[in-house]
Amino acid sequence: MLSQNYIALIPLLPIISFLFIGLIGRAYFPKFCGLIGTLSLLISFSLSAILAYQFFFEIGKVNGVYQKIIALKYTWLQFTPNIAIDMGILLDPISVMMIVIVTFISLMVHIYSLGYMHGDHRISTYYTFLSLFTFSMLGLVLSSNIFQIYIFWELVGVSSFLLIGYYYDKPSAVAASKKAFIVTRFADLGFLLGILVLSYYSETLDFQTLIQRLTTNGTYLSGIATASFLGASALTWGLMLVFMGGAGKSAMLPFHIWLPDAMEGPTPVSALIHAATMVVAGVYLVARLFPVFVMCPIALDIVAYVGIISSLFAAIIACTQTDIKRVLAYSTMSQIGFMMFALGVSGYAGEEGTGFMASMFHLFTHAIFKALLFLGAGSVIHYVHSNDMKDMGGLRKMMPITHITFLLACLAIAGIPPFAGFFSKEEILTACFHANKFIFGAAVLTAGLTAFYMFRLYFNIFWNKDFKSHHTHEEHHHGEAPKSMLFPLMILAGLSVIAGFVPFNKFVTADGAGFETEFHLGFAIGPVLLAIAAILLAWKMYAKENSMSDNVSNSIKGLYTSAYRKFYFDEIYLFITQKILFNLIGRPAAWVDKNIFDGLMNLIASITETVSGSIKTYQSGKAQDYAIYFFAGTLGFVLLFIYLWI
Amino acid sequence: MTNLSILIIVPILTAIAVLFCRNTMQIKWTSFIGSIVQLCMASGLMFSYISERALGNTAQMLFQQRYSWYSALNIEYFVGVDGISVAMIMLTSFVVVAGILISWSVQTLTKEFFFLLLLLSVGAYGFFISLDLFTMFFFLEVAVIPKFLLIAVWGSGKKEYSAMKLALMLMGGSVFVLIGLLTTYFNTNINGLHTWDLLQVAHAQIPLQTQMYIFPFLFVGFGVFTALFPFHTWVPDGHSSAPTAASMFLAGISMKLGGYGALRVATYLMPEAAQEYSWIIVLLATIAIIYGSFATLMQKDLKYMNAYSSISHCGFILLGIGMLTKIAIIGAVLQMVSHGVMTALFFGAIGMIYERTHTRQLSDLGGLLKVMPFIGTVYVITGLCSLGLPGLSGFVAEMTVFVGAWQRPDAFHRTATILAAASIVVTAVYILRAAGKAVMGPITNQHYLELKDANWNEKFASVLLIIGILAIGIAPFWLYNLIAPDAQIIMENLTRGGIVN
Amino acid sequence: MENIGLTHILFVSTTLFFIGVYGFLTRKNMITMLMAIELILNSINMNFVAFNKFLYADKLDGIFFTVFIITIAAAEAAVAIAIIIHLYRNIKSIDVDEADIMKY
Repeated sequence: MLSQNYIALIPLLPIISFLFIGLIGRAYFPKFCGLIGTLSLLISFSLSAILAYQFFFEIGKVNGVYQKIIALKYTWLQFTPNIAIDMGILLDPISVMMIVIVTFISLMVHIYSLGYMHGDHRISTYYTFLSLFTFSMLGLVLSSNIFQIYIFWELVGVSSFLLIGYYYDKPSAVAASKKAFIVTRFADLGFLLGILVLSYYSETLDFQTLIQRLTTNGTYLSGIATASFLGASALTWGLMLVFMGGAGKSAMLPFHIWLPDAMEGPTPVSALIHAATMVVAGVYLVARLFPVFVMCPIALDIVAYVGIISSLFAAIIACTQTDIKRVLAYSTMSQIGFMMFALGVSGYAGEEGTGFMASMFHLFTHAIFKALLFLGAGSVIHYVHSNDMKDMGGLRKMMPITHITFLLACLAIAGIPPFAGFFSKEEILTACFHANKFIFGAAVLTAGLTAFYMFRLYFNIFWNKDFKSHHTHEEHHHGEAPKSMLFPLMILAGLSVIAGFVPFNKFVTADGAGFETEFHLGFAIGPVLLAIAAILLAWKMYAKENSMSDNVSNSIKGLYTSAYRKFYFDEIYLFITQKILFNLIGRPAAWVDKNIFDGLMNLIASITETVSGSIKTYQSGKAQDYAIYFFAGTLGFVLLFIYLWI
Repeated sequence: MTNLSILIIVPILTAIAVLFCRNTMQIKWTSFIGSIVQLCMASGLMFSYISERALGNTAQMLFQQRYSWYSALNIEYFVGVDGISVAMIMLTSFVVVAGILISWSVQTLTKEFFFLLLLLSVGAYGFFISLDLFTMFFFLEVAVIPKFLLIAVWGSGKKEYSAMKLALMLMGGSVFVLIGLLTTYFNTNINGLHTWDLLQVAHAQIPLQTQMYIFPFLFVGFGVFTALFPFHTWVPDGHSSAPTAASMFLAGISMKLGGYGALRVATYLMPEAAQEYSWIIVLLATIAIIYGSFATLMQKDLKYMNAYSSISHCGFILLGIGMLTKIAIIGAVLQMVSHGVMTALFFGAIGMIYERTHTRQLSDLGGLLKVMPFIGTVYVITGLCSLGLPGLSGFVAEMTVFVGAWQRPDAFHRTATILAAASIVVTAVYILRAAGKAVMGPITNQHYLELKDANWNEKFASVLLIIGILAIGIAPFWLYNLIAPDAQIIMENLTRGGIVN
Repeated sequence: MENIGLTHILFVSTTLFFIGVYGFLTRKNMITMLMAIELILNSINMNFVAFNKFLYADKLDGIFFTVFIITIAAAEAAVAIAIIIHLYRNIKSIDVDEADIMKY
């Protein structure tokens, strides 16, 4: 049996370092906070590596099937005997894979940040937030309870908010952090309602029980499948709402608008949160509930179509952006789209589950090469002090190591064999080919676009024109980034080359049992040739300074402009929030409150005042008036008595 | 055996001691020590309550004391606590300590100020421990009057207007409560005598016809205190004109008096009527939640924002009560405690900002995190609590309400729940809008650069309340388990005539 | 003498009473108003004496009351004049309309 204590340490070490740095380190030894954070994460990573080894090779497998193991469970809030929020650790192939990725990428980013954030006076705060994020992300992937995943879901959201807004005196960073939080929050509303729907029918919040109840025939499944609302069953609604939360976090259409803006945060943060780990939480969520999704083809189709549309959409936009981090952000969105539709076209058992396996595989490889791309971009930005590719060019001479690692990552994402991306993308395309020809076609197109925009980026940064520095002569020389930044780059580059050889079909599958995949050379050659063609095109357009790219963009001006303006999504959202929510609901509500309801209260008060004001004049202070009233009153009473009794 | 009466006696003695103090330093320290003693007593009460329960004491109310007060009308001084009261007493003691610390810099009429603050706490404690309806009403009134003076004398802005409005509306609510209580009294018959005894009234089997006209009086009367939808207009003006500590007391404790009364008196004593009227409560609460949050979006003044958001958050209390399920009722109580601590901290943070910058207008503020990291952080933390971040108290309370509300499967209750859940998105918008503008962003005014961060008393108060928020947020089970058995008792009384439809 | 009965006397006293009332209500000088009050009181006195003489000739209660009223009227005049003098010192007038600060 697994020793529980060390598993709990994996998420606990980051939270301990969060508390330690945040409460003590920040005040007394800010210089060492980075080291403390990195050290705690190093331990955490080593533990998760040991855990992964134990799980995959020693204890995880029973009769050839990987088990779901509850390593730890504490009841946090017991609502009814059935419904309880637990804090637990659930180990299965995907969660073990995820903790390895999260701790590893986080470790790389911690090391990288030692160099990147060097000299920043709030570096201790930065590491505090990083630790908080790592803790929340680990909690998220290890969740054994659907409400637990929601709790950590929100916590990663807020860590992302804090890190995007790290440069809080920059209005654009503040705006971006607000946007990220609010958009994902809106999507999380769907997630919450989805949880409520699913838990209402399955009468549990525990993942395993929930999955078991909703996938085996019985009262629970028939209850949720027959209850219908607006023409769809409660199961469909529940899953769609849960997927809404996943789409928000994973920047799928139409909730993607926060991701490009989130690049306002420090670049290592973008690498960790907005490329490798947090944004794949949506994919992870769908994967976690995958057995339930399989029960509902409509929901799975929605996942597939949202995935492919987002993927294509983002790839088109990525071809036009000039901010290198934004290109990478759209590329992230596009690649997550790949993972989503791979899940969407997947079946459950055996070979039908290729899509699921491919999705997880792509998640794994993407985390590595996308983190590398961001960190490489970070070291470029560190040197150039600009995000815009127009300010770059010819950097291959100044920063050779960054150049080589970046190139490897680009080859990996473009799907050139034998780099990591090739294998995972190939599996995804295979799965699509068997499931849905339309999605397959769009996916191949997107893969070609991916190769094009990545090499557009690469050539624009490292080739094109010669680099003209804005700096003084001395600064110009130091060129390459410090060792703490290069070290993670080299490690990640090495992994980008070899990660594709991990036999995922043996380890991470939907039903836990491994299956054989066959490699068809004939099938693989098409997409690879397309990618190479796209790279050559990019080389022709961007390797040397020429006017070809301008000519192309001019010839498709309408499309180019709308893609450059991100298909006006920001404007639409701005219209909805500013014009409709603020002006049509908020302003009238405030007005009604001030005038109608408060007015009503004031009206009651003023009526009282008017009445008393009009009778108070009888109290004139003139003695003779009082005497008149007195005599008149007496007279009146006398007459009354006479009338009554005489 | 714990003596509950010392909860009232200690604040009274402190208040009297304050009157004999010679200088402001003595006054402040006397009140501070008094409030710390209160905190210790409240914690002690909680621990002895828990240990008593652990020993298997199953009486509904523990630590009862009973003295005849005015025998002609059968009025008694009758006190006792259950889990809900203990939770509210803890809340009160936290807010009192924080409120007194935040008021450290009050310059004018210091003696009177602290005297009134302590008097307010007397009213609150007395209200929460009373089991005699008349005594309860008595303490409710004790808690209202000092607020008028606190706002009218030490307030800011159009303080006379606000103080008068608040006092009149709360007094109006009290009148409703009094009418309801009197009717209740004359409709009970225990061995030929009318009774004010809450526990006896609960089982007095008042006929439905009678309940149907008592319940609205009680519920609306207490509802005024807790910002029931059309009677909420005292909240924005009252809170924004009040001095910081009074705002904290008002939002942290006073509004909870109403919620507690609506649950303990109206719903518990009139169960059949509560079932009949529950749809109206749900309707009004949902309107308050949505409408309050949208009205908050448009506010330009930090205190107004927080006051309107209080309307929205107090809507969750009423929603929880109106849903009439055990979990929702627990959620309502959790929300009372959580919102009490959170909003007290919020007003405290706004007060600290106002004291330094002399403005509460969102358009004038900016970049305060840079010059006042502590206050800025406090503001952000309480904002995050307000928008329901897990790990902080707001999340636990709201989720409990949602889970409880979701157990009512019909379309009306579902719609109400979904709308209420949607409000948390709007909450995120206005909280981040305020935090993004005031705390983050560039510094808008050069003179802010000279401002000082919080001093020790403000730090003490903030940390105390943050501890409260975290204690509920990270480990909600202790509070949940404290409340749950008593929510169960209320539910049993509610369903005595049949299951909630 | 036999022709003058109770009715005649009551007629005179009623006339006197309303003259007093009229004076009290219309004169603005407080001293004059005080004199009008004396007229009213005296009309009452006449009534007391007349009723005593014509209806209860064997008793003296009416006469006693008259003496009381005369005494009280004297005291009242003293108090009233004291008030009027103080009022004059304050507002430099003994016009009753000007002494209207006691209102609302």
